[in-house]
Amino acid sequence: MGKGRSGDFGFRLSTGAFASLLLLIVGAIAFVLIEDAWLSIQKFGLSFWRTQVWDPVSGDFGALPFIWGTLYSSVLALMIATPIAIGIAVFISELSPAWLRQPLVFLTELLAAIPSIVYGLWGIFVLVPAVRWAESGLPSIIRQLPFFSGPPLGLGMLSAALVLAIMVIPFTSSIAREVLKSVPAAQREGAYALGATRFEAIRAALFYARTGIIGGVMLGFGRALGETMAVTMVIGNNPRISLSLFAPQYTMAAVIANEFTEAADELYLSALVEIGLVLFIITLFVNSLSRLLIWSMARTSGAAPSDAQPEAEPVAA
Amino acid sequence: MTTSAARRKLLSSLFVAFCGSAVLIALLPLALILFFVISQGIFALNLEFFTRMPQPVGEPGGGMANAIVGTLILVGLAALMSVPIGVVSGIYMSEYSGTRMASALRFAADTLNGVPSIVIGVFAYGVAVLPFKQFSALAGGFALGVMMIPIVARTTEELLLLVPGSLREGALALGATRARAVFSVVLPAALPGIVTGVVLALARIAGETAPLLFTAFNNRFFTTRLTQPISSLTVQVFTYAISPYEDWHRQAWAGALVLVLIVLLCSLAARFATRRLERMHARA
Repeated sequence: MGKGRSGDFGFRLSTGAFASLLLLIVGAIAFVLIEDAWLSIQKFGLSFWRTQVWDPVSGDFGALPFIWGTLYSSVLALMIATPIAIGIAVFISELSPAWLRQPLVFLTELLAAIPSIVYGLWGIFVLVPAVRWAESGLPSIIRQLPFFSGPPLGLGMLSAALVLAIMVIPFTSSIAREVLKSVPAAQREGAYALGATRFEAIRAALFYARTGIIGGVMLGFGRALGETMAVTMVIGNNPRISLSLFAPQYTMAAVIANEFTEAADELYLSALVEIGLVLFIITLFVNSLSRLLIWSMARTSGAAPSDAQPEAEPVAA
Repeated sequence: MTTSAARRKLLSSLFVAFCGSAVLIALLPLALILFFVISQGIFALNLEFFTRMPQPVGEPGGGMANAIVGTLILVGLAALMSVPIGVVSGIYMSEYSGTRMASALRFAADTLNGVPSIVIGVFAYGVAVLPFKQFSALAGGFALGVMMIPIVARTTEELLLLVPGSLREGALALGATRARAVFSVVLPAALPGIVTGVVLALARIAGETAPLLFTAFNNRFFTTRLTQPISSLTVQVFTYAISPYEDWHRQAWAGALVLVLIVLLCSLAARFATRRLERMHARA
């Protein structure tokens, strides 16, 4: 017995030691980013995040336009993607005929598997011209609005938000589908028994699952914030803050992708690393929050194991 | 009363229609992307694409032989690094599921999984490029490997937890040590699933661009030297896509088609494999 235990202990120790490389890497990411960004952090302090000048020649760096572009594009993408993603999740888990369910899951997940660079290529040659065409077709009355001001270039915020929305949909919808599945069947049956229509019953289920669904939206947000290639290729790469959907803008990930290899002096490189550091911190925060929400949802509905749920085809109201 | 019932029914049908159209709205870009990638890529995709080197601007033809080999090398390096760390982490998380260390590993894996790929690139630059003052295949493989570890770890954990507890208990009851039970009984039972997961992760990683931009960099020439910059399909597609030349655009589409085919074939194979696994488990 004692020998068995000590053998087990050795096994646990050796696998644990090897597995702790995983912890080491996460710690190293934080450490290396802080170390390499230190020059810029010291030089600019908080003004780095308040100023808008990005001038590598004179060594002046302010990251506000990139933060703006990242947040604006991601929020726009979420506004487009969230209703669609929830609609898909509801369709697949509640409405779809059983034979269609697996193929639909496969197809929506394929959307997540297509490489970012392919989205970017398609964005440049198909989406951007289409957006340019649509933009120039807008009546001039609408073009007066701040949201649609400026020349219709195609390259800009609108194209970026659209590409991001497409890329985020599968993440949010797969989480929403999972949490909808974990809503106890009794919820829906109760609603139907009270004479609810299909919409009312599903609304009740969505309300029950809201925490998890918000977690799914946050997960999509985290993905959108860090998305690089596709956005870089369609957003126009201009560090200027603007409300206009037509305006070419810039994101944190895009500026790193474009300028990192060109950063000749140490301060320039350090400023770019600091942008990466903040991107790391923001996504860490958003992802942790998302996981917390999904996890708390899983726990509250844990009383009813999901496989005990019958494949109930709701009777039409 | 009846009007309110009618309104409720109408609202309900509208909602159902909305959900149905949401599916169509999402599938439309998928169809468009596949259509354009196939219709544009198919013309430039021939034997030359796989066997020839890139031509200078103005000379038509040529291929991406160097980039294809480069991607294979980078993905291979990533697998070498991530499979051992990922699988062992997965074993630890499933074997010692309730422990604090397991929770820490799970948290680290999920955190790493959420780190934007461009940030992984910056990290790999700081660790594997800056100290040697040299872009290299090794640095690129390192970046991709870091991205792959959490996927492999979580897949391994999930699949090990699916193995019936009676198998493990049987092995332990026969006097096997924990290590013996894991490596001779539990792991082999989950192996087909783990292999499937690794293949899927490789397909995903082969499509990454951002972490390679300033680690593996790019190389116009054919090389298999690990300490030299190396080209990859994705970075090559990026370079060609933002260039002003028609010929290069055609090559970019062909490269995109290859990338999509890799993902598509791996996903289909994985789906087929998991179906068979599920059926096997159902029978057991």
